[in-house]
Amino acid sequence: MSTTENTTGRGTKDVHIGDDSAIAREAVLPAAGGSDPRPLAAPTTSVNPIQRDHATTIFEKGVEGRRAFVAPATGVPEVALDEILPAKLRRTTPARLPQVTEPELVRHYVRLSRRNFDLDTGFYPLGSCTMKYNPRLHERVGALPGHSRLHPFQTQDHAQGALEVMYGLERQLAEVSGLPHVCLQPSAGSHGELAGVLLARAYHEARGENRRKVLTPDTAHGTNPATVTMAGLEVVKVATNPDGGVDIDDLRAKADDDVALIMLTNPNTLGIFDPNIEEIASIVHGVGGVLYYDGANLNAIMGITRPGDMGFDIVHFNLHKSFTQPHGGGGPGSGPIAVSDRIAPYVPVPVIRREELAPANGAAAEHRFELISDPADLPGGVDGGEPGSRSIGKLRGFQGNYGVFVRCYAYILSLGGSGLKDASEVAVLNANYLLAKLEELGVREHLPLAFGTRCMHEFVISGGPMKRDLGIKTLDLAKRLLDHGFHPPTVYFPLLVEEALLIEPVETEARETLDAFAEALAEILREAAEDPTIAQNAPYSTPVRRLDEAGAAKKPRIRQAIA
Amino acid sequence: MADASYPEDLKYHPEHDWARIDGDVATFGITWFAQDALGEVVFFDAPEVGATVTKDESYAEVESVKAVSDVIAPLSGEVVEVNPALEDSPESINESSYEDGWMVKVRLSDPSQVDQLLDQAAYVASLD
Repeated sequence: MSTTENTTGRGTKDVHIGDDSAIAREAVLPAAGGSDPRPLAAPTTSVNPIQRDHATTIFEKGVEGRRAFVAPATGVPEVALDEILPAKLRRTTPARLPQVTEPELVRHYVRLSRRNFDLDTGFYPLGSCTMKYNPRLHERVGALPGHSRLHPFQTQDHAQGALEVMYGLERQLAEVSGLPHVCLQPSAGSHGELAGVLLARAYHEARGENRRKVLTPDTAHGTNPATVTMAGLEVVKVATNPDGGVDIDDLRAKADDDVALIMLTNPNTLGIFDPNIEEIASIVHGVGGVLYYDGANLNAIMGITRPGDMGFDIVHFNLHKSFTQPHGGGGPGSGPIAVSDRIAPYVPVPVIRREELAPANGAAAEHRFELISDPADLPGGVDGGEPGSRSIGKLRGFQGNYGVFVRCYAYILSLGGSGLKDASEVAVLNANYLLAKLEELGVREHLPLAFGTRCMHEFVISGGPMKRDLGIKTLDLAKRLLDHGFHPPTVYFPLLVEEALLIEPVETEARETLDAFAEALAEILREAAEDPTIAQNAPYSTPVRRLDEAGAAKKPRIRQAIA
Repeated sequence: MADASYPEDLKYHPEHDWARIDGDVATFGITWFAQDALGEVVFFDAPEVGATVTKDESYAEVESVKAVSDVIAPLSGEVVEVNPALEDSPESINESSYEDGWMVKVRLSDPSQVDQLLDQAAYVASLD
């Protein structure tokens, strides 16, 4: 993940600014999600009511003895508790549970949800995070009892359907990536990265080589160097050329026989596809290194080109980003990996195998899916060359985040190969449309594109000129966008761009939404030219206003005292 | 936060660090430009007294609300003192980057390296 400004909040229509606002004036609040600033009546005492609501936990609500639900009399003879559960096994004080009525309970959680910004209410162009709309169909499929009631310890005979879903998803991901062997186990993109680096290390160690260096471009996601350090290897940064791609001369200078792998995102975090990818692959392979593809931006190229065809050995997928799965706020994500033949023996166990069964008495041929945890149980056994035969072991308990597998399987099947390609093309089209719209509205005069002239599925603009010319920083712009009903883009990442804004509009957004967002940026710049203090003190309409981020980092309050 | 300033009595490193030279001991810190780019600093991860620092290499980390960044040594030597106040008040790096926000004092191993640093005018020119 990136360094992101993830402040929650949402614009609300028809909200007036209270006298207690730092800035109380007309026309400070624009209409939510719309392009026209809506002049407001003179400030009144009404504010976004949630701002006055002191956030409490459910435990701080209610009174002793209050209940949301009371079970009716059973109508059958009752047995004394002592007869079925001895007193020594029972707690002596009642559990401290919330004591609230049902309406209090419902309102508490609904109000909490309204403190949040979500895709169901607004545009969320948080670059690198791919905050696309997730179709409701996937929730319905995931909730089918065969999926939602599955237990991780279910016998394999009773989980054949689930294993088939996982096997099918593995085959689909192999096709998408151009790499034949897939492991679904990693829980998130960063976990997939760790799996990939450990696999590259295992590959070199099996050949008697102890390579220590991992090349990462200075545009890399922050998780790349973090993963390298966690895997016990050493990060070597590679510079970026003026076009936004890898600096080939710098790469040549740093590529030597101590390089275990290079970790590359293509298109990179600047939203630029590196046209030198084949040369990069040839340089790294030339010194015996492994190529690792950070799949965070796979959604820009899916169905058009494949990492395996570019020369990569290991890819991780962010199923929750490139495919589908509501994410943010802690997940769950899913970060499967796909690998080439030479890496396959080291993949984590268990592996899923499809076994063909001999047809009995003229019946149709059948098959069975099997999870194999012990390499000795593979055909050929340990060192037999099968995927997992020299496994690095398990990365976590059980098979991975199964619910994400189901949603992604449904997503891939419902779109099909051509649909996946359409999604990539529209993601790139939407980003370039927005870029062109920002040019048309004069926004790029103050917020120029950091590299290049066009982009893939996302782009980086610099707030440097805006800061110098208009006196507002990228952070101020981001906060002011909340008053327009938009989630801000990723800010201050990538680090090599001054006052960076990383904008990813995604393929599920309509043209009108992109227009409204561009208009909002233009309006904020116009407003700042007249009075920069408006943006500097934003947001006004959100449940909480400007947060004390330094205070939150230095003196976090992680426990709430409960009376 | 104070306005942009770059004192004339300091030497500057292109990675936005300053050094105040006093005989064979130098005080290090980061420039106004660096603290402005970082944003509010929330933590300074100091080296140990006695640690060796090498010119052009990282000797400490500074964490702001935006990111964690390496602090580059403008000169080589041995750390003889660390600013103890930064542990509780890392915001001094923002509020007083050349005085209260100093980071370490270093006994220089090669004082001639000072000649490789920029003077105030050259550093300010590099910011444009």
